[in-house]
Amino acid sequence: MIATALVPEERVQREPEPLLEARGLTVEYATREQPVRAVDGVDLAIRPGEVLGLAGESGCGKSTVANALMQVLRPPARVSGGSILFRGEDLTGRSREELRRFRWRNVSMVFQSAMNALNPVMRVGDQFVDMMRAHERVSKQHALRRAAELLDVVGIDKRRVRAYPHELSGGMRQRVIIAMALALNPELVIMDEPTTALDVVVQREILQQVRELQRDLGFAVLFITHDLCLLVEFAHRIAIMYAGEIVEEAPAAEIHRDPRHPYTIGLMQSFPPLHGPIVRMTGIPGAPPDLAAPPRGCRFHPRCPRCTPDDAPLYARQTTERPVLREVSPGHRVACHLVEAGRR
Amino acid sequence: MSTAELEVRGLTKHFRAGNALFARSRVHAVDDVSFTLRPGTITALVGESGSGKSTIARLLVRLYDPTSGRIVFAGGDAAAARRRRDVLRYRSQVQMIFQDPFGSLNPAKTVRHHVARPLRIHGVVPRDRVEARVHELLETVGLVPPEKIAAKYPHELSGGQRQRVAIARALAVEPSVLVADEPISMLDVSIRLGILNLMLELKQERRLAFLYVTHDLASARYVADEVLVMYAGQIVEQGPTERVLGEPLHPYTRLLLESVPDPSRAERPEIEVRKGLASAAVDPPEGCRFVARCPLAIGVCSRVTPLLQEARAGRRARCHVTAPSSATREDRHVELAS
Repeated sequence: MIATALVPEERVQREPEPLLEARGLTVEYATREQPVRAVDGVDLAIRPGEVLGLAGESGCGKSTVANALMQVLRPPARVSGGSILFRGEDLTGRSREELRRFRWRNVSMVFQSAMNALNPVMRVGDQFVDMMRAHERVSKQHALRRAAELLDVVGIDKRRVRAYPHELSGGMRQRVIIAMALALNPELVIMDEPTTALDVVVQREILQQVRELQRDLGFAVLFITHDLCLLVEFAHRIAIMYAGEIVEEAPAAEIHRDPRHPYTIGLMQSFPPLHGPIVRMTGIPGAPPDLAAPPRGCRFHPRCPRCTPDDAPLYARQTTERPVLREVSPGHRVACHLVEAGRR
Repeated sequence: MSTAELEVRGLTKHFRAGNALFARSRVHAVDDVSFTLRPGTITALVGESGSGKSTIARLLVRLYDPTSGRIVFAGGDAAAARRRRDVLRYRSQVQMIFQDPFGSLNPAKTVRHHVARPLRIHGVVPRDRVEARVHELLETVGLVPPEKIAAKYPHELSGGQRQRVAIARALAVEPSVLVADEPISMLDVSIRLGILNLMLELKQERRLAFLYVTHDLASARYVADEVLVMYAGQIVEQGPTERVLGEPLHPYTRLLLESVPDPSRAERPEIEVRKGLASAAVDPPEGCRFVARCPLAIGVCSRVTPLLQEARAGRRARCHVTAPSSATREDRHVELAS
């Protein structure tokens, strides 16, 4: 009894004000026909110092969310609804100059192919100098010293400030980008598949370092990937996206231990295990829907193994009514008619 | 359909790096590699990028000519075949599936065209049977209804469906060996298992011999009977999958396993982070190519190149410490004594 009474207070303590928050975020891509809704009513909150994982398959809208949060969407994409709050202040409708100052300093971003974004004819150190001096009044010497420090922090020899990008391996270039993203001590780093193009050992090395830095410096991370296994190890909390919507959100360990949405369950069961008996697995039948004409009702219902006409009333809801995210336990939200109806 | 073994002996491929004016270096992309692909088995070839695994795949289907070594198949040495007719005949028996199902199909041609073409070129079935055979092949790879799929263009298919078309095309010529180079790495997570399951079915029902090239150890464990671990152009460990991945001998295999995300693991092992190293396959000196990254290295490792030694029944590893040869054992005694 006492324990249940304490829960709300505990939650207030565990959930400080979000650093960056999306409320009802909707992004549309203009096409010759109907606009396509890549992101449809997404609520997402990143708290200071936490690692939030955003997982989903290609085309589910996870990168579009990242680009919208950073306000770097380009036509034909545009935010068509909802708001993006940084420390409670709405970022939508800010001027370019205001946004320019906000990026890098408050929130920085690492893309999947960021290692190819380095200028090939400029020394690595000079690229740090350029970026830092665009945001802060610092001397060139000071910026170079900081660059050397940061390279050391991400496991690259300090002397490499004088290297050109082609002299570095892919993994090292990706580390340079991560070091750059940390240069102005941002409160949040958005990482969109930062290690997907890299080998598994290099990926492990980089993630280990990011986690150490994150603990030491206290920045928050929004980590976007298709690799749910990786997130279970790396993130504090995980949100699962499907066809432009968030379908489940929970602490990482709980997503692993007790996934509730049939899509999350299917995704977890799409990774063959490294231990234990080898059993035949099936993955998820079918393919993600075309967002120009998403299925009515629950967007996952055409692929859902738990959606059958046997239970007529439930089936009717699954195929006609959009499920909304509801809390099933503290911090664990699921958008599924089945879960709502109390079925396992 | 024939079910012949394919035996690779001492396969080697060196590439020249650098340009004509300056000192050239040689990249030992594949160095003295031997293994056997047997009917009805899947052999996984694992390693990181640059380890030489894709080069082996390309050598096997004769997209590259080897520097040396033999590919013994159906009583002949395919590595020595130079006449176009001989190479073509070999290729019809050893087919390849590529990583990118978006790049390997012609966007202007229908699925029917892709699958019917090899049937016609190799005269596998009489002309009036081609259409029926296309449908059979599409059904085999799980593309139904075949009549509808056959009329589609690649852009109308999902990535998984395209990869199935590529497999149907490879099967058209009734090969006995299929080389699959990272066939699932560009596909969505939820549909990868479908392709792996198809490989398992083809292995069982058609007794195909598979070489499954991948960097994904978990998928290798799921499908493969045997595993070959590559590092810097050499096989460093080989044996039955379950044993190699369950109790790895080579320190590199251990490092790979520790690096794979594994939610069922209670604690994440910390791995040692190395500062950037050049590829160990470029002008390799005498000694073990893994020595600079190895936590177990002893003096002999940087002096003597370890051989791929039988360490336990059916298992071989290239390591002075975990799979010592009698010669290195003596060497170690000397080292310990001095």
